[in-house]
Amino acid sequence: MKAKKISDAIIFVILCVLVVLFITPVYFVVMNSFKGKLYISDNPFALPTAETFSRLTNYINGIQKTNFFGAFGWSLFITVFSVAAILLFTSMTAYYIIRVKGRVTSILYYMFVFSMIVPFQMVMFSMSKLANLTHLNNPVGIVFLYLGFGAGQSLFMFSGFIKSIPLEIEEAAMIDGCNPLQTFFGVVMPILKPTAITVSILNAMWIWNDYLLPYLVIGLSTPYKTIPVAVQYLVGSYGAKDMGAMMAILVMSIVPIIIFYLACQKYIIEGVVAGAVKG
Amino acid sequence: MQKTLKRYFPIFVLPTLCAFAFAFIIPFVMGVYLSFCKFKTITNAKFIGFDNYIKIFADKDFINAFLFTLKFSAVSIITVNLFAFVLALALTRKIKGTNLFRTVFFIPNLIGGIILGYIWQQMINAVLLKYETTLVANATYGFWGLVILMNWQMIGYMMIIYIAGLQNVPTDLIEAAEIDGATSLQTLFKVKIPMVMPSITICLFMTISNSFKLFDQNLALTAGAPSKKTAMLALDIYSTFYGRTGFEGVGQAKAVLFFIIVAAIALTQLLITRSKEVEQ
Repeated sequence: MKAKKISDAIIFVILCVLVVLFITPVYFVVMNSFKGKLYISDNPFALPTAETFSRLTNYINGIQKTNFFGAFGWSLFITVFSVAAILLFTSMTAYYIIRVKGRVTSILYYMFVFSMIVPFQMVMFSMSKLANLTHLNNPVGIVFLYLGFGAGQSLFMFSGFIKSIPLEIEEAAMIDGCNPLQTFFGVVMPILKPTAITVSILNAMWIWNDYLLPYLVIGLSTPYKTIPVAVQYLVGSYGAKDMGAMMAILVMSIVPIIIFYLACQKYIIEGVVAGAVKG
Repeated sequence: MQKTLKRYFPIFVLPTLCAFAFAFIIPFVMGVYLSFCKFKTITNAKFIGFDNYIKIFADKDFINAFLFTLKFSAVSIITVNLFAFVLALALTRKIKGTNLFRTVFFIPNLIGGIILGYIWQQMINAVLLKYETTLVANATYGFWGLVILMNWQMIGYMMIIYIAGLQNVPTDLIEAAEIDGATSLQTLFKVKIPMVMPSITICLFMTISNSFKLFDQNLALTAGAPSKKTAMLALDIYSTFYGRTGFEGVGQAKAVLFFIIVAAIALTQLLITRSKEVEQ
């Protein structure tokens, strides 16, 4: 038992060192986001001193240059509505595909499953051109495209779970006079809750961080930039780079994610494990 | 019941199917067709057969990107999984502070690739400045920068899956091994690792497919510099499409090849996990 205590103590120390290493990049951007842009390169890992401390200048610059709150709003809009649309529509479709047996539904099922293994690069050019032609190049159109491109995985996860729900419950509801919509929303939907949480977490993580789809569909010249697009715009295309503003925007992009994670950590960890095992 | 439900096709299926058609079916079919065409926009495509595919094999950038991706994936798969597994072992010993450690190790996974890429770009450049060089001065720096970034991002994720796997190993199995006099190394290799094989397969394939498809991190960290030497497959396809006029068809043909590679990896995973499930 004594040997275990000693080795546990050693492991504890090593883990603490690793935690410090893991936090270093975040510490680095936070520290430098409060330094004047000319001082950043001098002593990058030091705390800001009276001389280098720049108050909130970098934050004000960064927010103005990227219209950060606008980008935050569009990221939130696109993520929330896309996840809601994916949850509602793919669970309904999965239910239909599993409960109505036939050639059409099995072809549909295999098409959705097939889409899971296709990388975005395969469809990005034609999808973004098609979106331009059909006037889907706006935030509402993006929600529609996320529903389509994200349908495969979500539908796959929902249908896996629906298969395991016994038919008797639904039949009882039908006999009591429920139509399929009432049966689905009243009886099936509540049972789907655990899978719904997993599907929301996985899709929210993907859509919130996605860069290429909104960039290609909406582009840089519109007011609808999401956070990743705004960050790339600030860093990529500005002639004279404002490192200070960049650090500030990087910090502001991480903060909402960390708050969200600390608030729903349990669901996120469970969702990620379930998603990995099923997906 | 089936018959009543069948009449509800427009409500249950049509919205998803419409979106799926616009975001996937039509672009996919068009993508395959366009890979055999010369075009600038999708409306003026001209069929030219296999020309685009032939051009790929003469394209040094693509071959370089392919080799770079292979090398990167090999190194990341080994490092990420090794570190993640060791951490998972350490965090299933019921040490003080386990929850805090787990929380910290997992956070990087939630940060988007573009933002991660710029954080590391800034930090690596700040360190390299002391040696009067930068991240994009040498392709080796870019390579290891990407490997470190990938590890930082993926270790926590894989660790969570390994922890879940290790927690499912029945304790009586481990106790039985200990009573029989097995050393902790023997328990690890003869009991724990065989029991978490399913998790190992999942993690290996997730790291392979994430490494192969890496784009955002690559774009933000080096954008392929110096002279496209650190561009991976996805970034090379992107710059062929949008960086070279007249090469859109070649870009699409590269995308089709890329799809075939990624799909082959995914199907292998499916076959392996299926056959494992049957054995158990």
